[in-house]
Amino acid sequence: MQPFTAHTGIAAPLLKDDINTDQIAPIMHSRSLKEDYKAMLFHRARHREDGSEDPDFVLNKPQFRAAGILVTGQNFGAGSSRESAVWSMLANDIRVVVAKSFADIYRENCLQNGVLPVMLGPQHADVFIARVVAANGAAPFTVDLVTQRISGPGGPDIAFEISAADRTRLLEGLDDIGMTLKHMDEIVGWERRAATAQPWLQATQDSR
Amino acid sequence: MPTTLPQTLFDKIWDFHCVGQRADGRDLLYIDRHVLHELHAHHAFAQLQKQQRHVHRPDLTFAVQDHTVATKPGRDDDTNPSGTAFIKAMREGCRNNGIRLFDIDDPEQGISHVVAPELGIVLPGATHAVPDSHASTVGGLGALAFGCGTSELAHILVTQVMALKRPKRMRVRLDGALGPHVHAKDVALRLIAELGVAGARGYVVEYAGAAARAMPIEQRMTLCNLNIEMGGRSGFVAPDEATFAWLAGRPYGPQGAQWDRALAYWRTLKSDDGAAFDREVVLDCASLEPQITWGTDPSQVVGISGRVPEPAAVDPSRRAAAESAFAYMGLEPGTPLAGLTVSRVFIGSCTNSRLPDLQTAAAVVRGRRVAAGVVAMVVPGSSSVKREAEAAGLDRVFRDAGFFWGESGCSMCAGGNGDRGQPGERCVSTTNRNFENRQGPKVRTHLASPATAAATAIAGRITDVRQLLAGAA
Repeated sequence: MQPFTAHTGIAAPLLKDDINTDQIAPIMHSRSLKEDYKAMLFHRARHREDGSEDPDFVLNKPQFRAAGILVTGQNFGAGSSRESAVWSMLANDIRVVVAKSFADIYRENCLQNGVLPVMLGPQHADVFIARVVAANGAAPFTVDLVTQRISGPGGPDIAFEISAADRTRLLEGLDDIGMTLKHMDEIVGWERRAATAQPWLQATQDSR
Repeated sequence: MPTTLPQTLFDKIWDFHCVGQRADGRDLLYIDRHVLHELHAHHAFAQLQKQQRHVHRPDLTFAVQDHTVATKPGRDDDTNPSGTAFIKAMREGCRNNGIRLFDIDDPEQGISHVVAPELGIVLPGATHAVPDSHASTVGGLGALAFGCGTSELAHILVTQVMALKRPKRMRVRLDGALGPHVHAKDVALRLIAELGVAGARGYVVEYAGAAARAMPIEQRMTLCNLNIEMGGRSGFVAPDEATFAWLAGRPYGPQGAQWDRALAYWRTLKSDDGAAFDREVVLDCASLEPQITWGTDPSQVVGISGRVPEPAAVDPSRRAAAESAFAYMGLEPGTPLAGLTVSRVFIGSCTNSRLPDLQTAAAVVRGRRVAAGVVAMVVPGSSSVKREAEAAGLDRVFRDAGFFWGESGCSMCAGGNGDRGQPGERCVSTTNRNFENRQGPKVRTHLASPATAAATAIAGRITDVRQLLAGAA
């Protein structure tokens, strides 16, 4: 996984609550194993019915076309568990999502892919959103995971919280499977004990 | 003096399955049963191959083709052209990794959340994972199930554990007895309306109370299926004698002496009296009428006799979402739901496609005809459900009434197999998400129970099933 230390980019405001993964990464009408994640991101919202770009959608506006930070409301990433909702962010070089809160599975998927999910409390969030709206893409913000601060136009740095474990995992780009493989002895030991305690859990046979 | 504190059932299952703790503080939770589907598994198979890692327990791993398979009779790999590559990659990945696949033509193919319980693959007190947010459907059997992403899927394949932070505990007590033609779907929709789409975020929910206890197992599955629609991490109903009777004789479950031993253990699976929950919620179900969504998220719900809310009646923080939903759904505030003309009805999905769901719908449809101008579909949740329904003659009831009777799969729930509505169509659907464009571009989805969906198909407009059956509609 690509480590995350700091990311500087234009912050795009998508100020709605409950944006779901159907919206972030719609199931494309014709699809293949190698999907175009860049095109997938907010594909429906980005286009009008005739297939042309909708100039009113935030990521289509000239000042936000190269946005690197997405700023949004409550419960971002609700709905389906599809990881394409994070891969499509990465494909567009959006490495940070700042939200008032995240859906559980989406947040886990971010951590798996080196995308930083920043959760700001309501007060900090409203201040930050006002600054993002005022900046209107004219100057970038920097989200620094080492110092846990957001800096940029319109005011002093804003501190954010993240658990030490999640922070380390992102900073070091730790391989999640690799971390767990260090515990393989414990896993195999558990399997041995379970095979005695609840043997029906450790076997699956078609009895017919 | 007691030396141990009373424990919730969630904690008992978690503690038993907790293998250890990782350096980052996450618990490693052993996954007893892992079920894959073709939409996401190929990424994980490719990742494992690249990293030269192998599947630790192929014998505890199962796979189904469900999201992209066509529902047309006589279907094959190519009937839905955009599914072909997924179906073939799944077949190859399962063959290379020694995983039992319920392939497109398998007599037991179906939606993972339907197949795993009906074959006895998932059991009470077991942990379960699926790369799909509706994994907790099997909570209806008292299993602890987690939906996961693709990276987590690969992680489970290699290690057979999930690395999780321990969730909080919520108990939802469902009081009272459900009235006639009111079902688990109605209870779940009401609950989502009360708690909101993020109301259970971070929690594992135990559904308890007289109404949950009285629900047949399939209804408990519907209840637990919709847990994610209020953001819940997992949800379950503690198993009881009804659960054990339902599971007896299922082919992949324990047999003989093993069954007796498992049964003795399963009977201990309950929250202790006095166990502490982080949050407790009570819903009185006795006065509940059939429910239906009016908007574009599953919390935008009213009773079947209700109206689209006035903006002033909506919580200020949800008002913008409501305004946007009015526009998308083509509805004015104050419009009664009952009576709205529909073009499409869909009965199916992991939420409501098990045999009793189809029996309920068939009982409404029998001897009646689908209204002119309505496209109505029934898609059984598994090939086994389809076979049993056909043996009971339900397919004839539906076909004679003018319904399409399909091969099993996820179908129109998310339209991943090409089953979609036309732009602007109003659709009453027994599925789980009424998100914009989910069932096709500009399709206006109303979520409801199979009984309400069936009554609506017959009347051609959103209908209170109780009135239809009383002859008043």
